[in-house]
Amino acid sequence: MGKIGRFGNFGGQYVPETVMNAVSELQEAYDKYKNDPVFLAELHDLYRNYAFRPSLLYYAEKMTKDLGGAKIYIKREDLNHTGSHKINNALGQVLLAKHMGKKRVIAETGAGQHGVATATICAYFNMECEVYMGREDMERQALNVYRMELLGAKVTGVDSGTATLKDAINEAMRDWATNIATTFYCIGSVMGPHPYPTMVRDFQKIIGEEAKKQIFEAEGKLPDCVVACVGGGSNAMGIFYDFIPDTSVRLVGAEAGGRGIDTPEHAATLSKGDLGIFHGMKSVFLQNEEGQIAPVYSISAGLDYPGIGPEHAYLHETGRADYISITDEEAVQAFEYLSKIEGIIPAVESAHAVAAARKIAPTMRPDQIMIINLSGRGDKDVQQIARYRGVNLNA
Amino acid sequence: MLNRIDEKFAQLKAENKKALITYIAAGDGGFDLTEQAILAMNQNGADIIEIGVPFSDPIAEGKVIQEASLRAIRDYHTTLKGVFELVKKLRTQTNMPLLLMLYANTIFRTGTDYFFEKCREVGIDGVIVPDLPFEEHDEFQEASEKNNIYNISLVTPASTGRIAKIASKAQGFLYCVSSVGVTGMRSHFDTDFNAFFGEIASSAKIPYCVGFGIRDGETAQKMGGYCDGVIVGSAIVNKVGEFGQEAVPEIIKICQELRQGLDKA
Repeated sequence: MGKIGRFGNFGGQYVPETVMNAVSELQEAYDKYKNDPVFLAELHDLYRNYAFRPSLLYYAEKMTKDLGGAKIYIKREDLNHTGSHKINNALGQVLLAKHMGKKRVIAETGAGQHGVATATICAYFNMECEVYMGREDMERQALNVYRMELLGAKVTGVDSGTATLKDAINEAMRDWATNIATTFYCIGSVMGPHPYPTMVRDFQKIIGEEAKKQIFEAEGKLPDCVVACVGGGSNAMGIFYDFIPDTSVRLVGAEAGGRGIDTPEHAATLSKGDLGIFHGMKSVFLQNEEGQIAPVYSISAGLDYPGIGPEHAYLHETGRADYISITDEEAVQAFEYLSKIEGIIPAVESAHAVAAARKIAPTMRPDQIMIINLSGRGDKDVQQIARYRGVNLNA
Repeated sequence: MLNRIDEKFAQLKAENKKALITYIAAGDGGFDLTEQAILAMNQNGADIIEIGVPFSDPIAEGKVIQEASLRAIRDYHTTLKGVFELVKKLRTQTNMPLLLMLYANTIFRTGTDYFFEKCREVGIDGVIVPDLPFEEHDEFQEASEKNNIYNISLVTPASTGRIAKIASKAQGFLYCVSSVGVTGMRSHFDTDFNAFFGEIASSAKIPYCVGFGIRDGETAQKMGGYCDGVIVGSAIVNKVGEFGQEAVPEIIKICQELRQGLDKA
């Protein structure tokens, strides 16, 4: 008892009694469908024909030359339909919701990418969709708010707490508890109560499966290093998972260092957090000595979360993956760097991975290979980066 | 070892009365106000008090208690340490059962063993942890039992098929949530109470009380009819939100009204 859905000591099902039956129902449905050939065929058809998978594994020749170390490949999740890896998970969960006979889907969103992906699939399946979004994030990501509305979703602003991602999750959980019979909660990352961390990872693991196949085709061998940004950690789990047994592959997660991890303004959970219980899981959280969850900060709305998925906490504890922090300034520089050098504008979240790659690649040999997971495209962030650089676009 | 909660229910049973359990958010308006409010509730019909330890992210709470938690943390810098001091002070003035309502992280981060030892030391009788379902009950069980602190179990109208197993492990009283959703006052209930309490009555070996949505004498009377007591939170916390430092007379008024309603149940 109590040890279900654990990664070592992390994970579990710390949710109110009201949602426990829904969690169990989801667990049973997922166990049933995850190996069901009809469900999987439908999912993979959607991956291919709707989400535009497999995504490219792109050889970043100019970046490789410029950094003078490892040979760099970029996994282009930014080229997916809706512009990020979030579509992989949203497709899986909303398809599952449909099979479960649920009529209404709710989601939380930070940067808006998961909200847009969920709204998109709900439009496709003609399902009711409501997305909770922190008021501050709605301002930072106004374009994505309008996109969700175009797709027919209702976007509900959350003013409580820090008015960012964690508060959107709180409000989505309250909605779920209130509308438990009709509503499917589509969580956007590898977090929350079991089965979410496992299920979301399974829907995202296609990134790593494809990347492994593609790197073998291109290079005939495994990469030496795989880099991804980490907020809740879904794109990172997605690309890491298939490489976990390949212990020669170094896995690196880039956390949001905000204004620096020696200031209070960051979201670098594994660098500065402590073990805790929150949002349905035992994991690592940024919090004070009394367990109050910290008001975190990052330039990136998608990484602005005070916790991390339990499987990452486990990979961190066991040393299988390394986690480093990247400041706002480093991320913005990487955003500009990749735009100029490769003609690819990354999401500000993904720019954290690019920044980590810029630090690590030069320390590697030219016969070594690095894969960067470019989790999303940066169109949504252009305005904010302009503001960060003091450029007034409305002048 | 006897727990004050058991003693209170035994006494109520002997008097043929139902339990009025009231909730207040600790530190909302400052600890002096919390202390006065608790003593006033005690003298005006409340049998058991739940002291809410404010949490930054109270996912099981509706607006009223969310805002009270925020006021307590932001305006009064309320800490668990302060709550323990408050309870210590209250224990020199009352022997009524006192419970803490708090989130799992507050206990876990404080250190589970230390937390429950401290509860025993200051005179807490039980805890209610809304984000600790049956599946994770053993997270705190060893430490709470060692210190004779009851870990109160909750059942809800969405607990179909789970009530018997939850009731089998429940201590003190079973907390029956009247309707799905979060805490707060409701204009109406959708639950089929005969079916819900029927299932509870057939499984519970301990008293069972109902909470969520009880706001006045009328709802206390109606809901009290199904069980051994009622739990009232938002309707009281709301008074602190509305009347601030002048809230105690209003809290006394509503406690008296709830008591009268409940005594007719």
